[in-house]
Amino acid sequence: MADYERVEHDVLVIGAGGAGLRAAIAARASGARVGLVCKSLLGKAHTVMAEGGVAAAMGNVDDRDNWTVHFADTMRGGQYMNNWRMAELHAKEAPDRVRELEAWGAVFDRTKDGRILQRNFGGHRYPRLAHVGDRTGLEMIRTLQDHAIYLDIDVHMEVTIVQLLMDGERVAGAMAYDREKGRFRMFSSGAVVLATGGVGRAFDITSNSWEYTGDGQSLAYHAGAELMDMEFVQFHPTGMVWPPSVRGILVTEGVRGEGGVLRNSEGKRFMFDDIPENYRSQTADNEDEGWRYTQGDKSARRPPELLTRDHVARCIQREVREGRGSPHGGVYLDIAWIKERLPKAAEHIRKKLPSMYHQFMQLANIDITTTPMEVGPTTHYIMGGIRVDGDTQMTSVPGLFAAGECAAGLHGANRLGGNSLSDLLVFGKRAGEYAAKFATLQRTAHVPEGQADAAAAWALAPFERGGSPEAPYAIQHELQGMMQKLVGIVRHDSEMRQALDGLAALAARAERVGVHGNREYNPGWHTALDLKHLLTVSEAITLAAIERKESRGGHFRDDFPDKDPSYGGFNIIVHKGPGGEMKLERRPIPSMPVELQAIIEEQKS
Amino acid sequence: MAATTFRIWRGERGQGAFADYTANITEGMVVLDAVHQIQATNANDLAVRWNCKAGKCGSCSAEINGHPKLMCMTRMDELPTGEAVTVEPMRAFPHVRDLVTDVSWNYEVKKKIKKFRPRPPDAPDGTWRMTQDDVDRAQEFRKCIECFLCQDVCHVLRDHHKHDEFIGPRLLVYAAALEMHPLDTENRLRDLKEEHAIGYCNITKCCTSVCPEHITITDNAIIPLKERVVDEFYDPVVRLVRLFRRKP
Repeated sequence: MADYERVEHDVLVIGAGGAGLRAAIAARASGARVGLVCKSLLGKAHTVMAEGGVAAAMGNVDDRDNWTVHFADTMRGGQYMNNWRMAELHAKEAPDRVRELEAWGAVFDRTKDGRILQRNFGGHRYPRLAHVGDRTGLEMIRTLQDHAIYLDIDVHMEVTIVQLLMDGERVAGAMAYDREKGRFRMFSSGAVVLATGGVGRAFDITSNSWEYTGDGQSLAYHAGAELMDMEFVQFHPTGMVWPPSVRGILVTEGVRGEGGVLRNSEGKRFMFDDIPENYRSQTADNEDEGWRYTQGDKSARRPPELLTRDHVARCIQREVREGRGSPHGGVYLDIAWIKERLPKAAEHIRKKLPSMYHQFMQLANIDITTTPMEVGPTTHYIMGGIRVDGDTQMTSVPGLFAAGECAAGLHGANRLGGNSLSDLLVFGKRAGEYAAKFATLQRTAHVPEGQADAAAAWALAPFERGGSPEAPYAIQHELQGMMQKLVGIVRHDSEMRQALDGLAALAARAERVGVHGNREYNPGWHTALDLKHLLTVSEAITLAAIERKESRGGHFRDDFPDKDPSYGGFNIIVHKGPGGEMKLERRPIPSMPVELQAIIEEQKS
Repeated sequence: MAATTFRIWRGERGQGAFADYTANITEGMVVLDAVHQIQATNANDLAVRWNCKAGKCGSCSAEINGHPKLMCMTRMDELPTGEAVTVEPMRAFPHVRDLVTDVSWNYEVKKKIKKFRPRPPDAPDGTWRMTQDDVDRAQEFRKCIECFLCQDVCHVLRDHHKHDEFIGPRLLVYAAALEMHPLDTENRLRDLKEEHAIGYCNITKCCTSVCPEHITITDNAIIPLKERVVDEFYDPVVRLVRLFRRKP
């Protein structure tokens, strides 16, 4: 047997962003002994990059807001592909989860009467995003981190999971290695919560950090869990496009929420040209009304720049494709123009959007208070992921839970900005609680000998192929380029089939990948192991995207550019077949209770 | 721009030497891009810690040409052209490998600072009321991304190795964020004086000068905390009052 450390917890939480931290806190509060695995250092997870805010219908700024409006907005944004139970729970529970953060020390921006301030965001009918300037994610993760460190949770920093361990059908733990020494660690636990985030690193242009290699989706899939909605990837409309080394870094939607406008090379606000029918009644039809909306005029409708992200991203792509783009292949996002409307506009911008000011000043030498930014779409988020039960967040594998971006359901075909931070809190808490309950009620899981050894042997194999010409970075780089080009923002059947062939070829090369050096903090080795996850999620995304022969939400097909009602009634499920092959299934969406249907009808006006 | 020489520290556990690499520099590149390029082409096992590459997570701290900086926010065109660029790990923490150091001490020390303890809610629905003016100061400190560059440059830690006694600027900022939080009711002044040795700081402001978030660490966090400690423990009037209040 290989030499490794053995660690036992009641609940093992994998991933320490917002969802993982919230799950760990909840499981600990339920009395469970909790282990929290961070792929990087504690407090560095991708949540830290969330900018705009956390959506919760507290009604602090506009008292017409309540959970029913938030629920209807989320369902409309998701094109009714959502798990309606999750959308309901999310809308109902988000306000309490945000207020709880304040009780734990979070310092949100304030309203004039001293309450938590809320801002406008795309697809949200009323100002709904609690925020801290444009660094809300940092505030959230630090608050959760600084709450959790006093709770006697075992934190395993810079530890990566190789494989989930199973006791028959049920999850029993996970095999991992620590980055620093490269030693294996075998976790056994009564329940496991996956909170590993997204898959952005499967694409070339992304706002996501290096950790986002689809670990949770892939670990769950290989353990027999079902994935769902993998075709729905969100391309955020505004990423930096210049200089090349920062391409993809996010430019918060908050810029548009504060009055920023999109213009093409002709100086035209092109977003007025294409307003989808189901948003027409809520959208301003002139520039003045749009401006008044961003400044809090309740009688005004939102500017078209704040339409849903999928739509804005495609409009930008259209402008660029039709030759009206900016010099570096984007369009202009202009916040400097508000000086025509506001005194002390430069100061206002620096106060409201400090990180954006800093980011453009430092990385692009551009002062956003005087000069428009160049922006273009960037891979930002995956709506799909591990299929879970709406109430408990348990996957189709007993004892295995998932929360946050790696789980599917809440966002349907397209996520509204701000709904991810609230997702983390609401379902992180639920996952932690139900995982603790599961671990308490079930008999102790047992990991058969041999599973951990096999996982360790697989992980070490790249060292034995040290002389191999296949280097991990080259394969990763090719995969990213191919997914970007062939399964990106605009998709076509023939291109995606080409991608499937390409993925098969890359998978074969990944089997032969070799690494040099030793096991201590060896990024080449880590990249080699991440390839399996990247390949798994890329294949799932591609297969599901081929299967959905329509355009809906984040999924846009050049060959089927319209929404097809016959595709509106089911989610696409991906699971591992008996021979190890990837299987697809169309799973009907359960019908919605009449009271929720009534809410949606009522909010349509 | 063109080929540039990078002198990167390679080695393990404090042992090591600079190794020279060449990277091709194009417009807009930052030091982390060059390190990644070297890693992908010439040194697959070059250890470097990084995450967001957008100056938000504080993972890629290093010493570039001797200055503590985030690699992801240091543009190549702000460094002298035609000269080799040196990249070394932070020197105030135990070395792990290449550019990676063991920063776990910071996490351990944080747990020794008393946690947030809010006053009872102001409103029946369990919420509080604070004005924006009330929260501005705490918000400044909460911008901290925990890159630990301030700890790296602090001579009390870097040169005098007082890690067992002194908590360093990052954690003084953490303490200040709690002490100046409008809702907090905890008192950390005795700890700051006795357990966290705030007196060791002689306000040379090196920490402030390296902070990538531009937090005015010394002026806004450390000096006000020092003043509060002085008021609490050394103010003659307060001491007199205490003397008479002391029970027999």
